[in-house]
Amino acid sequence: MAITTIDLKGNPRRLRREAAVRWLFFGAALFSVVISALIVFSLIREAWTFVTEVEWKTVWSEGWFPRRGQYDIKTLLVGSLLVTVFGMAVAVPIGLGAAIYLSEYAPSWVRRIMKPVLETIAAVPSVVIGFFVLTFISPEIIQRLRESAPQQTLAAAGLGVGILLIPLIASVAEDALRSVPNTLREASYGMGAKKVTTVVRVVFPAALSGVVASLIIAVSRALGETMVVFIAAGKSGGALFETDPFQGGLTMTAGMASIAAGTDQVVGEALTFQSLFFVGIVLFLITFALNLAADRIVLRFRERY
Amino acid sequence: MRPSSPARTAAVAAPKAVAVRLQGRRFDTGGTLFRAGMLSALGVSVLILVVLIVTLAQDGLGVLTDRLSGFMSGTLRSLPGEAGIHQGLRGTFWIAVFVVVFAFPLGVGAAIYLEEYAPKTRLTRFIDINIRNLAGVPSIVYGILGFAIFVKSLGGLTGGRSVIAGGITLAILVLPIVIITAAEAIRAVPSALREASFGVGATRWETIRHHVLPYAAPGILTGTVLSLARAMGEAAPLILIGAVTGALGSDPNLLDVSSLQDRFTAMPTVITTWAGQAQSGFKANTAAAILVLMAIVLVANGAAILLRNRYDKKRAY
Repeated sequence: MAITTIDLKGNPRRLRREAAVRWLFFGAALFSVVISALIVFSLIREAWTFVTEVEWKTVWSEGWFPRRGQYDIKTLLVGSLLVTVFGMAVAVPIGLGAAIYLSEYAPSWVRRIMKPVLETIAAVPSVVIGFFVLTFISPEIIQRLRESAPQQTLAAAGLGVGILLIPLIASVAEDALRSVPNTLREASYGMGAKKVTTVVRVVFPAALSGVVASLIIAVSRALGETMVVFIAAGKSGGALFETDPFQGGLTMTAGMASIAAGTDQVVGEALTFQSLFFVGIVLFLITFALNLAADRIVLRFRERY
Repeated sequence: MRPSSPARTAAVAAPKAVAVRLQGRRFDTGGTLFRAGMLSALGVSVLILVVLIVTLAQDGLGVLTDRLSGFMSGTLRSLPGEAGIHQGLRGTFWIAVFVVVFAFPLGVGAAIYLEEYAPKTRLTRFIDINIRNLAGVPSIVYGILGFAIFVKSLGGLTGGRSVIAGGITLAILVLPIVIITAAEAIRAVPSALREASFGVGATRWETIRHHVLPYAAPGILTGTVLSLARAMGEAAPLILIGAVTGALGSDPNLLDVSSLQDRFTAMPTVITTWAGQAQSGFKANTAAAILVLMAIVLVANGAAILLRNRYDKKRAY
């Protein structure tokens, strides 16, 4: 039987189906762009109202009391910063230590057990950590360090956020350490270096960009963490400007959540509701910049090895 | 010719020192301490998990053993001894349904496009970067999206502050995670499989359907289950959308579709509400509710991890 051009062109129905499927999947991929556009759109619309109508001296005043027309953003920024500092103080040593041990020292059976354990910590919902901070970390750790501290403090919330960051730092940093080629380790041993020298002077510096990326991602996550602070840092309606971590406080995220949770129709000053979106856009821009930076570092790192 | 005796002893002593160094007989104190330090970091993270679970069990097991059925079927009430989590379980169930219905097909579809179809153009790169950035957007910002779009703009369809709005928002929240993990699973499919399929005349879609997807299925499933667990534990977006944090009057059946447009609550918001109530009875209730939520989330998670490990081992090529 001779082969005609029609045979080579293929069945038109089959080709139509191919094209349809392709467009369908393209649509699914494009939907993620739509989501980004919608996020920016919904933030900007109300935030614009706030920016144009607010009296700017209330945005740099003595405290964050949105229902009374005090929108002091620096109160929230400092709160977020304190929580992040405490979180990183817990998570960086533990997360990096775990990453180094798992990547460089652990026998394979330890890795097989420990990776799922870390993933389990990562899966613990943040409301759970919030409650754990209230019932355990606050009374057992914070109030022992500082007896005058109330039950709900920014420091306690920060330690809770730190727990959430440990598996994040551990897994990203471990990936970076493991992707350092073995030839570097072998060369180091060949020069007579000890194990610890190899790890600290050769492997760790080679993985540094990936490790830095893991820390940036962790900071971004800490700034965006809502529920731990909302439950465990104490303030809900508003907070005075406070730089003492052993007092209650608000972060950007908790400030937004408490505006939304306060009442159904947000009552108070006319711009209370819009201030939520203003804080949202500030948070979005900060985390966006951090994520983009981390992403770039990781990509460049991948190209190198 | 023999060297003089003092020179000879020096020549013998030096190799001995070198030999000791080479054989590493000296105990490496610094190295051992370093290793112990790194191990203890790992130990601390396990310890945290253990302490977390033990304190929760101490606080909450009593409620679950004393009045399990009452706790499961009860509603959000002000009396701690009568309050239960039925409304929360219902909300979380429907959120899971929305995630399965919306996020899974969309996410896997997007992953298939990016891995199997996408040409290396600027648009593709933009979509790729965009997805990775979306994965890092704080969950509360998704709450703003959900509030502005699904509660306000599309309020007529969703019923406003409803479980529909909450479910779709959380589906969108986990969509980037689904895409990223599914894309990884698809990327891991050996290209020999595709080439063999093309070689016998299959089209791209036929290749994907019959060879790529079945091979990638365990990996995709792992990612989707992990994202489902994440969605069921999220509270921040729900608070912005207006999940009820106080008392909720209505208590429809689990499968009552007609009340999907009504106000709702979910397990994480129930926990948030109770954690904020000072009465001691609610501390036990909160811990018990957490145990139930953790059981759901960790079982899903554990199943996903087991699935992945099982298939990782089986695959030889």
